[in-house]
Amino acid sequence: MYGWTGKILRVNLTDGTISKEPLPVKDAHEFIGARGLGTKIFFDEVDAAVDPLSEDNKIIFMTGPLTGTLATSGGRYNVVTKGVLNGTIAASNSGGLFGPELKFAGWDGIIFEGKAPQPVYLWIYNDEVELRPAQELWGKTVPETTDMLKAATDEESKIACIGPAGENLVKFANIMNEYNRAAGRSGVGAVMGSKNLKAVAVRGTKGIKVADPQGFWNAINKARTMLKEHPVTGAGLAAYGTNILVNILNVHGGLPVKNFSEAAIFPNAESISGEHQAEHNLVRNKGCFGCPIGCGRVTKNKGKYKGIGEGPEYEATWAFGSDCYVDDFEAISKANFLCNELGQDSISMATTLACAIEMTEKGIIPRSKSHLSWGDADTIIEMVQKTAYREGFGDELAEGSYRLAEKYGHPEYSMSSKKQELPAYDPRGQQGIGLNYATSNRGGCHVRGYMTSPEVLGIPVQLDPDATEGKPEMLKIFQDLTALVDSCGLCLFTTFGIGLPEIAEQYRTATGVEISDEDLLKAGERIWNLERLFNLRAGFTKADDTLPERLLKEPMKDGPHKGKVVELDTMLPIYYRIRGWDENGVPTAEKMQELNLVV
Amino acid sequence: MRITVKLFAYLREGRFKSKEMDVADGTTIGEVLDSLSISRQEMQLGILFINGKHAKFDSVLQHGDTLAIFPPVAGG
Repeated sequence: MYGWTGKILRVNLTDGTISKEPLPVKDAHEFIGARGLGTKIFFDEVDAAVDPLSEDNKIIFMTGPLTGTLATSGGRYNVVTKGVLNGTIAASNSGGLFGPELKFAGWDGIIFEGKAPQPVYLWIYNDEVELRPAQELWGKTVPETTDMLKAATDEESKIACIGPAGENLVKFANIMNEYNRAAGRSGVGAVMGSKNLKAVAVRGTKGIKVADPQGFWNAINKARTMLKEHPVTGAGLAAYGTNILVNILNVHGGLPVKNFSEAAIFPNAESISGEHQAEHNLVRNKGCFGCPIGCGRVTKNKGKYKGIGEGPEYEATWAFGSDCYVDDFEAISKANFLCNELGQDSISMATTLACAIEMTEKGIIPRSKSHLSWGDADTIIEMVQKTAYREGFGDELAEGSYRLAEKYGHPEYSMSSKKQELPAYDPRGQQGIGLNYATSNRGGCHVRGYMTSPEVLGIPVQLDPDATEGKPEMLKIFQDLTALVDSCGLCLFTTFGIGLPEIAEQYRTATGVEISDEDLLKAGERIWNLERLFNLRAGFTKADDTLPERLLKEPMKDGPHKGKVVELDTMLPIYYRIRGWDENGVPTAEKMQELNLVV
Repeated sequence: MRITVKLFAYLREGRFKSKEMDVADGTTIGEVLDSLSISRQEMQLGILFINGKHAKFDSVLQHGDTLAIFPPVAGG
């Protein structure tokens, strides 16, 4: 096979058996890889009604056909499972070095099933695969675990592991890859924790064959040149990382403040901006495998929160920053470092804190339980730590904002969709991102259909952020294309500089599969619909395609989008129709046939 | 008339973060860019806001406006 290694591992944690299986080639062609192929395997093997924390749930690590090749930013893999945070299909995507190393060891993916009786980790050295006891690792942080596993296996091995948050079944625990890159959302780390699976360590020394080496070389060179020459991917992202968005969104009037309760303009945005980070704290850039962009940041705190680590990205900066009303960049950075060390999602962690702060300030959560208040960075940092260990009020925060707010009788204060916390864009200032939040197959998420690109950044075209016209149509394209990019094993950020033709040419020359650009995009649509079908089977309905009441009914208080709410009722029926779904959001028989979806 | 101009990212280098400027009535964003020696070619994919609303090179400024100028950048 080309692009692929042709083999996957199946690990039964209950009885410790490890089997080697051929890659399901037909499914790999129809569902591309990584997110798509992982979802197809999961869909076929697991009852959608499964309890995410039960041993009947499975967790699949899946690479794409371009993962580990020289394709542009081809360093990504996906973790597919039923998510702990909200019970949707979870496909959590990570960069770094783990995915490529798995391919170098000769494996396209790993299916974990069952539950180990004692903590274990999986050690893979090319064809040699074994489960090893992990009692000594249990309780260790991500950097401690990673260091210990490199010492115990091979200093060149690549580690994906959970921290204390995953062990303690924090609903938004993540899986950390090589210290600082996260399969971040949906609580995939808690699934590992529930299975007593602490880590996967892999070392591979093999290569990956491509079908048409010269054609592939030409394709990647063309794409690399385009990325290097594009002002965003060739200069802007490298210079400032994702955090450049703080000032942009603030000027745009879409930087959420205090749990989305105030006008989306943060008076002290400058002090937490990408420009501030670059001037005061940036040590160097850090790229993932095969990435010509290098948006990652190595950051150093010099003052009270002294330390060095990676990030914070824009999402963490906003979430611990303006959403919690903290304007001290180093405090935000410290909270982010802690999230990485403890293995929990910075978006859900910080936005759950913002929800808790609002409810505390309003007197809904008693001060006897919560000492949180807007801008109190030290207490916020303390609660990040306590959440991972479920200590005191941290035990309630560990359930995520929806369960927390519901417990106190006010679920409306959870800024989430399908119980997953919303990211860093107030959708009252961007109608398209609002529709994306409401329809995302994993709940609140920006990287399922990044409408901020056309609505704020003007890529590939500038759309009026306040308009609803044309948004469902554009969103469908973005969602389908993103499903394709994720499934190939590429980074979504490449799409700022290259498009479907360049992605398709890399896919074709690597795999040797003859497929048109249009049919590849159709595969993205197939993946989107399969995810939708899983969620429908899991009990989600049209009623779940929604947003917090605040965003639908409370007009933006000030700024460029003053008076706006998300016009979801206008956009959603159009979106369903464009998707070929009925009025209840269920794919029609005709759409299923068109996509060759037989379920 | 008087406007406020805010620069971001590397456009600040050798210039300023924020500055009040007196400009003639009818001045466009393009003319402000020219006066600051910011290349229009470089700004083809840049992001321009007047009072938080997207604008273009030929957008005409009014007294009291805040013009924000970002070079081509993105994130996510």
